[in-house]
Amino acid sequence: MIEFEDVAYAYSGDALLSGLSLTMAPGSFHFLTGPSGSGKTTFLKLCYGALRASGGQVRLFGQPVETLDRDRVAYARRRIGVVHQDCQFLDHLPVIENIALPLTVTGQASPDQNANLTELMTWVGLTGREAALPPELSGGERQRAALARALILSPEVILADEPTGNVDWEMSQRLLRLLIELNRMGKTVMIATHDLMLIRAAKAQVQARVLRIAGGTLQTAGADL
Amino acid sequence: MILPRLDILKGALRRDAGADRVVPPAGFTVRLTLFTAAAMAFLAVFALALSLAAGRLADTWGEDLARASTIRISAPPGQRDSQTTAALRVLAQTPGVASARALTPDEQRALLEPWFGPGLPLEGLPVPQLIEVVEGGDGFDADGLRLRLQAEVPAAVLDDHTRWRRPLVVAAGRLRLLGWVSLGLIVAATGAMVTLAANAALAANAQVIAVLRLVGATDGYIASAFVRRFTVRTLTGAAIGAALAVVALLLLPGAQEAGGFLTGLRFEGWGWLVPLLLPPLSALVAYLATEAAARRVLEDLA
Ligand SMILES: Nc1ncnc2c1ncn2[C@@H]1O[C@H](COP(=O)(O)OP(=O)(O)OP(=O)(O)O)[C@@H](O)[C@H]1O
Ligand SMILES: [Mg+2]
Repeated sequence: MIEFEDVAYAYSGDALLSGLSLTMAPGSFHFLTGPSGSGKTTFLKLCYGALRASGGQVRLFGQPVETLDRDRVAYARRRIGVVHQDCQFLDHLPVIENIALPLTVTGQASPDQNANLTELMTWVGLTGREAALPPELSGGERQRAALARALILSPEVILADEPTGNVDWEMSQRLLRLLIELNRMGKTVMIATHDLMLIRAAKAQVQARVLRIAGGTLQTAGADL
Repeated sequence: MILPRLDILKGALRRDAGADRVVPPAGFTVRLTLFTAAAMAFLAVFALALSLAAGRLADTWGEDLARASTIRISAPPGQRDSQTTAALRVLAQTPGVASARALTPDEQRALLEPWFGPGLPLEGLPVPQLIEVVEGGDGFDADGLRLRLQAEVPAAVLDDHTRWRRPLVVAAGRLRLLGWVSLGLIVAATGAMVTLAANAALAANAQVIAVLRLVGATDGYIASAFVRRFTVRTLTGAAIGAALAVVALLLLPGAQEAGGFLTGLRFEGWGWLVPLLLPPLSALVAYLATEAAARRVLEDLA
C-alpha cells in the first residue's frame, strides 16, 4: 500500500528524518510512536503525499510520489482516510456536511448517501449532532467526526494522527475498537500516538507492529511494550 | 427522532448543489465585488455611448465635408441668371474646384420644403440661387475665391462653413478613440479588481483549501468553487450597473434642437443591444482573472 525506501525529510534545510524504510502491507496495523517533535506528523504527511521526501522514495499504491502530479495525489488521497492531529473542518458547514465533504468534492454526493451517513454517525456516536457546527463540538466529538469523514469514501488505508489526544480513556478505547474493527474489515491502519497504554490495549486485541521514531530514524519497538 | 434528522440531510444535500458552498460566505467582499462590478459596467455603458455617439458625429460631419461648400447668389431676379453664369465661369477657372453646379428650382424647393411646406412658388420670391461647389484635390483657396467673386460677381457669397468643421471631425474621431480606450481600461480595471478580490478570498481561505486537499479535492475543484462565486457576483453586478446606465441614458431629456451632441449620447437601433454584451464580458473577465489567481495561489500553497 505505502512503501518507504531510504526516505529522508528536511524542513527548510534542517534534516529531520533520514533512512526511513518501511512497507505497509495491505491489512496491516501499525502504531507509530516517539517523543513530541520527533516527526510523527511529518511521517504521516509523507504517507499521504502532503509532503514530498527530500531523499529516497515514497510509493503510494505502487506509484512513486514524485512522479504524481497534484491531481494524481488528490486521487491517491481518496484511497487514504486521514484523521488529522488538529482535526480541521469547514467551520461554516454543519458536521454532517463536513463528514460528507469527501463525497461532495469527488462528485459522489447522492440522495442515497443518507442511509450510509446515518449509519456512520451512529457508529462513531455522533447521532443528534448532525446540525452542529464544528466549533460547537467537544474535542472528542471533533475527533470522531474527523474519523467519520476519513471513512466516508471507504478508503483502503487509514492514517490517524493522535486520534485519542483529546478524549478520556473510555472514549479512546471506543475509538480504538472502531479502528480495530476497520482493520478486521481489511483496511490498512496506522495510528500515531504517544499513548503507550493505548498501544498495550490494542496489542491485546490485534496483531500490531509498533514503530518508534527517535533521533530522526525509524526503529521497531521491542517487546517492552 | 429519525424524521427531523433526514430533513437536515435532505436540506444539506439540496443546498450542496455547487462547489461554492464549500467556501465560506463572505458578505462584505460579496457586496464590494458586486458594487465595483456594477460601477464599472455603469461607466462602461457611458464610454460605449460616448464612442458610438462620437463615431456617428464624425461620420456625419465627415460626409458634410466631402459634400462641399455653397455659393449663394442674392441678386434681384433680373440679374440672377447672369450673376450665376458669371460665378460658374469664375469657379470653372478656380484651381481645386472639381465641379460646380447651380441647383435646379426643384432642388431649391426641396431644401425649403421643411420650412415652407410643399408647392412653394419660388419664382415669385427673392430666393437666392445656390451653387453647389465640390472640392477636388487639396481644395481651393477660399479667401482668393472670395476676393475674386467680390470683384467679378458682387452678388455671390461663398459659404464654406463646412471647412471649419474639419478640426471638429478630427476631435470627434479622437473622442471616439478615447471612448474605446476608456472602455478597454474599464474592462482591465474590472479584471484587476476581481484578481485582488479573488487573491484576498483565496488567502483568507488557506485553511479551507487545506481541508479540501486533505479530503482529496483536485485543484480544479477548489478553483471552481472560487471561480464560480466571483463570476456570478461580477455578472450580477455588471447586469445591475449596465441596466442602471441604460435607464439613465433613456432618461436624458430629448431636446433635439438644443444641440446634437448632448442628446446624441445614447444608442441608436441595434446599438441598444451593445450594453447587453457588458455583463457577459465582465463575467468572462472575472472568470479568467479568478481562474488565474486560483491557479497561482494553489500552486503556491502546494
Ligand atoms: N511546516 C514546518 N516547517 C518547519 N518545521 C516544522 C514544520 N512542521 C513541523 N516542523 C518541525 O518538525 C519537527 C517534527 O514535527 P512533527 O509535527 O512531525 O512532530 P510530532 O512527532 O508529530 O510531534 P507531536 O507528538 O507533538 O505531534 C518539529 O521540531 C517541528 O517543529
Ligand atoms: Mg504530531
